Amino acid sequence: MAFNFKEVMSKPERLAPGHRMCAGCGGTITVRTVLRALKPEDKAVIGNATGCLEVSSFMYPYTAWEDSYIHNAFENAGSTLSGVETAYYALKKKGKIKDNYKFITFGGDGGTYDIGLQSLSGAMERNHDLVYVCYDNGAYMNTGIQRSSATPMYADTTTTPVGKNSVGKMQNRKDLASIIANHDIPYVGQSTLIGTMKDLYEKAERAIYTPGAAFLNVMSPCPRGWRYETADIMKICKLAVETCYWPLFEVIEGRWILNYEPKKKLPIEDFLRPQGRFKHLFKPENEELLVKYQEEVDRRWEELLYKCAR
Amino acid sequence: MSIRERMSGNEAVSYAIKQINPDVMAAFPITPSTEIPQMVSTFIANGEMDTEFIPVESEHSSMSAALGASAAGARALTATSSCGLAYMWEILYVAASDRLPIVLALVNRALTGPININCDHSDSMGARDSGWIQIYAENNQEAYDNFIQSFRIAEHPDVKLPFMACQDGFITSHAVENIELLETEVVRNFVGEYNPENYLLNSEMPMAVGPYANSPFYMESKYNQRMAMKNAKKVILDVAKEFEAISGRSYGFFEKYKLDDADVAIVIIGSAAGTSKEAVDKLREQGIKAGVLKIRVFRPFPGEEIAEALKNVKYAAILDRAESFSAYGGPLGSEIKSALYDAKSDCTAINYFYGIGGRDYTVEAAEGVFEELIDIMNGNKEIEQFKYIGLRK
Repeated sequence: MAFNFKEVMSKPERLAPGHRMCAGCGGTITVRTVLRALKPEDKAVIGNATGCLEVSSFMYPYTAWEDSYIHNAFENAGSTLSGVETAYYALKKKGKIKDNYKFITFGGDGGTYDIGLQSLSGAMERNHDLVYVCYDNGAYMNTGIQRSSATPMYADTTTTPVGKNSVGKMQNRKDLASIIANHDIPYVGQSTLIGTMKDLYEKAERAIYTPGAAFLNVMSPCPRGWRYETADIMKICKLAVETCYWPLFEVIEGRWILNYEPKKKLPIEDFLRPQGRFKHLFKPENEELLVKYQEEVDRRWEELLYKCAR
Repeated sequence: MSIRERMSGNEAVSYAIKQINPDVMAAFPITPSTEIPQMVSTFIANGEMDTEFIPVESEHSSMSAALGASAAGARALTATSSCGLAYMWEILYVAASDRLPIVLALVNRALTGPININCDHSDSMGARDSGWIQIYAENNQEAYDNFIQSFRIAEHPDVKLPFMACQDGFITSHAVENIELLETEVVRNFVGEYNPENYLLNSEMPMAVGPYANSPFYMESKYNQRMAMKNAKKVILDVAKEFEAISGRSYGFFEKYKLDDADVAIVIIGSAAGTSKEAVDKLREQGIKAGVLKIRVFRPFPGEEIAEALKNVKYAAILDRAESFSAYGGPLGSEIKSALYDAKSDCTAINYFYGIGGRDYTVEAAEGVFEELIDIMNGNKEIEQFKYIGLRK
């Protein structure tokens, strides 16, 4: 079915207003967009790793989730939903459940790239029929902007603070989408918040309705952690894609597909400049770091083009 | 009609699982509990049961998946030992707080390090404050019987707590003994269907599980757990009575062995109770009034009942198969002493450690404990607390 913006946006919200996520939070936009991809007649159980989303959406005795929802701990969203999904088959087999259920779990990059990686890997390898959505904001934002393995190089975080002897995080960002794609699961998609959200919506739909395990890695900016003007979130996401910092791609049954190739690739400075966490890179003495940054973005982009046979 | 068989403790528990045929089992191998998921997988592969088995990548995930399955509305279980239980630690607390009746077949093994695969109770004793019911077996028959009763207790509306069914690693898990099994139909009628009131897959009423709850609500949730654990005492006894009706075997919080007129007694958990009873028989032949109090239920802790059972005993040796490194008492010793104090009991309790990491506990060792108690009673010996039995000098 062709993407119809008006129709998609008029679907009922499955994350009710009144939750306590920050204004302009990218994670919330990701969640709402993914949930819109559910067919209204389908039931869902939503899983969630500990993080901003969890503590802001299910503060006892209130929940913002219209669907059934389970939070277990920080590091086990993958295995927790494995259990829920398996229970569904066990009970369906015994005729105890009639409805169709879909299983979607959300985790930040802390719960997904780092502390929850083992649990996620297990759930993916066992090929449970569920979707794991990482809302990647590139640091442990819930505890106050500490670095994660998703934090981009040279970012100023509270555990990689810029100082006299430090230019921020020294390591590259882990390429989680590749790691999960190498589990040989039916579907992996990388997306972010672009334009009408068509890219994310369609990937979510594919992920939810592809039988077996699916993984979505969604760059979901955090205005507080990245220190850009809150209203500029869509600009930031667009720059991430146009600079090839955050390419949009899918891996369907092991086949790599590039979804968007900028006509004119923008320099990485365009993505970094509006963000306070990279402010130090624009000091004259750090010019060399920007060169290195560009080299790293180019290297990864070339690698992706190769995988996508472009 | 009961079935007479010969089985190891692991076989007995696996057979109980097959008979109950729960909805979901998630497990990861660890000695000495490995056989349980192996046997269950084999039963499933051969079409003898239709439980969904999740071969997870760790114990952390087996508890997490069991929790997810239980919250979803399934009857769920897992099995583990030692480090496997330690790796589940955080999720044990979540399961209890979510009030999910997950059953865990625990095969007790020493907690590392140094790494040691043999029996002691350091794994489950470390988890004693996690909010789980804990029931211990002396032998294979009890391991089987306790497991059959487990879901009934855990799922009872007044309880709704997770349940640890413990047996001693290798000593019961791997040793083959005679056993009386119940017929599968009898077991299934006894255990019944699991129809929870609230669950994730209830399309009529969606549910949210695992909230963020700060100071305005957290304390009440802990109080409710406490009340549920208290309620479990009655339910454990009621279920035991019903179980006796189908099996002829009776169970309570503990077993009193020649205790009522005893001057000296050993209080102990698990397989070593059998060894201690053997020593009692020998001493009784010599006219010495010795007895054993074998603790079956450790959580909830039947403090008043234990104090009552020990009221005529002059000197009791409380034997702990786990250290607590308080440089004072072990878990069983500390709690029983506290119960005796509250009951203003005249029984003097002396706390020993034994069998740590699988160190042998023999009939002679048990006799040695009784001899010490008698010497103390006769004024020939000073009380020495916290001795290690069989420690190499």
